[in-house]
Amino acid sequence: MNKLKSLTLVFFSGLLFTACSNDDDIPVPVNEEEVITTMTVSLSPDSGGTPIILKTIDLDGDGPNPPVITVSGNLMAGTTYSGSIVLLNETVSPADNITEEVEEEADEHQFFYSVASGLDVTTEYVNFDGDENPLGTEFTLSTGAPSSGILTFTLRHEPKKPNTGLVDAGGETDIEASFNITIE
Amino acid sequence: MCFLFLSSFSSFSQTCDTNLSGKVIDIHDGSTLSGATLVISNSEEAVQTNLYGEYSFSDLCQGTYFIQVSHPLCRTKVFKVKISENTSRDFRIEHHLEELNQILIEGKTYQNLTESIFQNRIDKAALDRYNGGSLGDALNSISGVSSLNTGNTVVKPLINGLHSSRVIIINNGVRMEDQEWGAEHAPNIDINSAGSISVIKGASALQYGGNAVGGVIVATSQKAPVKDTLYGETQLSAATNGRGSSLTSEITKAYENGWYGSLQGTLKRFGDYEASDYVLSNTGIIERNASVKFGLNQFDYGFEAYYSVFKNEIGILRASHIGGAEDQVRAINSNRPLIIRDFTYNIDPPKQDVIHHLTRVKAFKVLKGLGKATLQYDFQQNNRLEFDIRRGNDANKASLDLALSTHTIMFDLESGFSENINLKTGIIARYQDNFANPETGVRRLIPDYEKYELGAYAIVDYKIRKNWMVEAGGRFDYTNMNVFKFYRSSFWESRIYDELFPEIVVGESGSQVLTNPQLNFYNPSATAGSTYSFDDNYKLFFNYSLASRAPNPSELFSEGLHHSASRIELGDLRFQSEVAQKVSLTFQRDNSTFGFSINPYINTINDFIVIEPIEIQQTIRGNFQVWEYRQTNARLLGVDVDASMAFTENLRFNHQFSLVKGFDRSRNQPLINMPPVNIKNELVYQNPRIHNLRLAIQSEYVFQQNEFPNNNFEVFIPQTETTEIIDVSTPPKAYHILNFNSNIDLHNGLNSKLTLGLRVSNLLNTPYRNYLNRLRYYADDLGRNFLLNLKLNY
Repeated sequence: MNKLKSLTLVFFSGLLFTACSNDDDIPVPVNEEEVITTMTVSLSPDSGGTPIILKTIDLDGDGPNPPVITVSGNLMAGTTYSGSIVLLNETVSPADNITEEVEEEADEHQFFYSVASGLDVTTEYVNFDGDENPLGTEFTLSTGAPSSGILTFTLRHEPKKPNTGLVDAGGETDIEASFNITIE
Repeated sequence: MCFLFLSSFSSFSQTCDTNLSGKVIDIHDGSTLSGATLVISNSEEAVQTNLYGEYSFSDLCQGTYFIQVSHPLCRTKVFKVKISENTSRDFRIEHHLEELNQILIEGKTYQNLTESIFQNRIDKAALDRYNGGSLGDALNSISGVSSLNTGNTVVKPLINGLHSSRVIIINNGVRMEDQEWGAEHAPNIDINSAGSISVIKGASALQYGGNAVGGVIVATSQKAPVKDTLYGETQLSAATNGRGSSLTSEITKAYENGWYGSLQGTLKRFGDYEASDYVLSNTGIIERNASVKFGLNQFDYGFEAYYSVFKNEIGILRASHIGGAEDQVRAINSNRPLIIRDFTYNIDPPKQDVIHHLTRVKAFKVLKGLGKATLQYDFQQNNRLEFDIRRGNDANKASLDLALSTHTIMFDLESGFSENINLKTGIIARYQDNFANPETGVRRLIPDYEKYELGAYAIVDYKIRKNWMVEAGGRFDYTNMNVFKFYRSSFWESRIYDELFPEIVVGESGSQVLTNPQLNFYNPSATAGSTYSFDDNYKLFFNYSLASRAPNPSELFSEGLHHSASRIELGDLRFQSEVAQKVSLTFQRDNSTFGFSINPYINTINDFIVIEPIEIQQTIRGNFQVWEYRQTNARLLGVDVDASMAFTENLRFNHQFSLVKGFDRSRNQPLINMPPVNIKNELVYQNPRIHNLRLAIQSEYVFQQNEFPNNNFEVFIPQTETTEIIDVSTPPKAYHILNFNSNIDLHNGLNSKLTLGLRVSNLLNTPYRNYLNRLRYYADDLGRNFLLNLKLNY
């Protein structure tokens, strides 16, 4: 019986100890580092002039606010543009440049450009990964006749390389942004 | 057999006409024991107690005697009695059941957990057939129990349509606290550490908890006998599907003085599993478990200390981790998984890495007049890491890192008031701490919290007549949660929480607000039922149970993209407890030639928490379906049928049928994820004369679930300029699987036994998908598997 009593005492004190030893630590917030909040596509005309900026920014990630999509202006017909994509994480200050990470892991990423049927535009890759497969953070975009339609940028993570396009590539979609483009 | 020795110390002459008489009494409930034998040590004198437990010795000489009292199924006890004149003396002995080495007397060795619900039990022999699998695989063999899978290595038991937080798992007397709220969190139990598993389909076993809306699964290890013995079992299995093997061993040493100790361990390693036509890439598993137990069993007092560790690394099908709606279209529309690689033993992200420590110390003592009192303290530590596909420096960092510590202390008292009334009472206190490590760099899936629980219960069993027993019980649980949760400011405001709960905001950081909700839940539960035996064979069980379940942390605090589910999940801070009322009837014929049980039931659950899609959300990653938790009123109706017929002495036919219909009464539509109708037929040939040969062929037919809510959604895919319907609702087609099971004793000696088993699952390599497999969108279920099993008992 005494054994039982002393055992009981040990249990209760043990429980007390562990319950009280926990300080009420205020948890630290998590700022997701690898989240891409902003994609800025700069289209610089080869003939010179102001670049057209296509931008999508979604500061609350998977939160309820949708991305804010802007197109700074219209494209000129019959022009070739040099395209450059910059990816940022703007939840931190200064903003984190994610493009560097993507380019470092070029063999695990690829950008795809989907042109709607009504839009007269062709694209070509300018930068490649170590195996000479396309990466696409740098590209050229050539416009044809005046037209309008949707231009969609898709970034795939771990696609099959080489591939014949979006359908064949697979992988996980890390960015998908659609812009309403008008060629005048 | 007990025999009495009466040793006479007296050596000088004296009058020898004294009487010694009295009663022999069961220390447990005070009832008298008839048929007890009393022998005076060192003499031939032996008497037996009569029907009233009374004994009498006459013509005894004065002096001191040692009287040995025994009774069938009891432990002999010696009493010292000094006689100088006519003496009246009662002897109290423990009335218990002797356990024989490895032969467990069905129904008696393990205490009846509840009296008015029919219990389904899987014994060790049946459990051994699932060596190499998991707990969920073994439970699937019980009618009414199916499983919610994430692939084939994460198998969660589903009882009468309910799972996860609604199913309590008791592992060696400890309630498992292993983040069971997660649909892709397998129970952290080593199937090989269990000597028997019982399933109680409902909440009537109140001593385990009041929130078992679905039911309770009780896994208990084999009890060591009270005799000098050393025995053990080693099992080795190898399987073709997964090209893996599993080794498990257990050894127990027991002594006649009541001391015992046990050591057990399991090692399991499998590579990628395969469907009928292709490799399921990244589905390997590595499991390492061990447990140790020692204690003292003196029948009227004793203690036990138990420690177990369970470590598990599970690969999750690579093709199942995808992006948003656009990726989902491709995955669902493809017949084959989008990523199929060559077979490998490597386990890469996406994967889970879990370790679960369980410690339990228990002491019991039989208190005269009160009954058996048990005091138990248990501690569990669960560390769960989940790895997703990440970029750059974070590639090998976990996306989820949860540490859950749980301390529980409970005191139970089991008293018998008379031969007919049994009372079980108890109190329980629990403290739990959950820490979500922010070092992951991913927003916490569930927040940091502290939880306090207090509960008390009482259950009365009353045997009105020999064949009629009634049971009633009540329980009350109080839960307090102290949570620190970061909400995105955009979400906090969109839900108008800023107007509803401004007082819980304790800080702000960037685009997030820190809140400190403190929630209280008051949960009553109750049970009432009766068991009536018509004659030797027929029995009718009736049970009504009331269960209350507080919402789990995922239901309350989900708020963001759940990567592994490829969807955004939103909980609700305002949820109340679920209250379920279940009425269950079982009609049973317990006969070895033709036996059956039919169990219809109806479970009405108010404030039933269910998750379902509400809208599409745009993010920079594309469109994601948003699933939101809500409370509704649900009704589950079903019936489980088991039948067993012996054609000849060696040939037996087993049949199992289960059906459950779940209905959302508020929305007037079927409930999501209800198991389809399931029929199992099995032909077993068993011949003890041919080395215990057992051959069984089993046919399993699963119907297509034709009652399901339509949660499909449309999304415009800009890349293809098409609008696609994402079909996440339609259940897969019906399927039929054949399984073959066999075992034979290679050697059956006095002290050891070697058994060889061959098991073939999915004999015809049929491709199929199961509605309750969360990975059914991406890949088929398992193809054919040959499993060879060698078991040595010694």
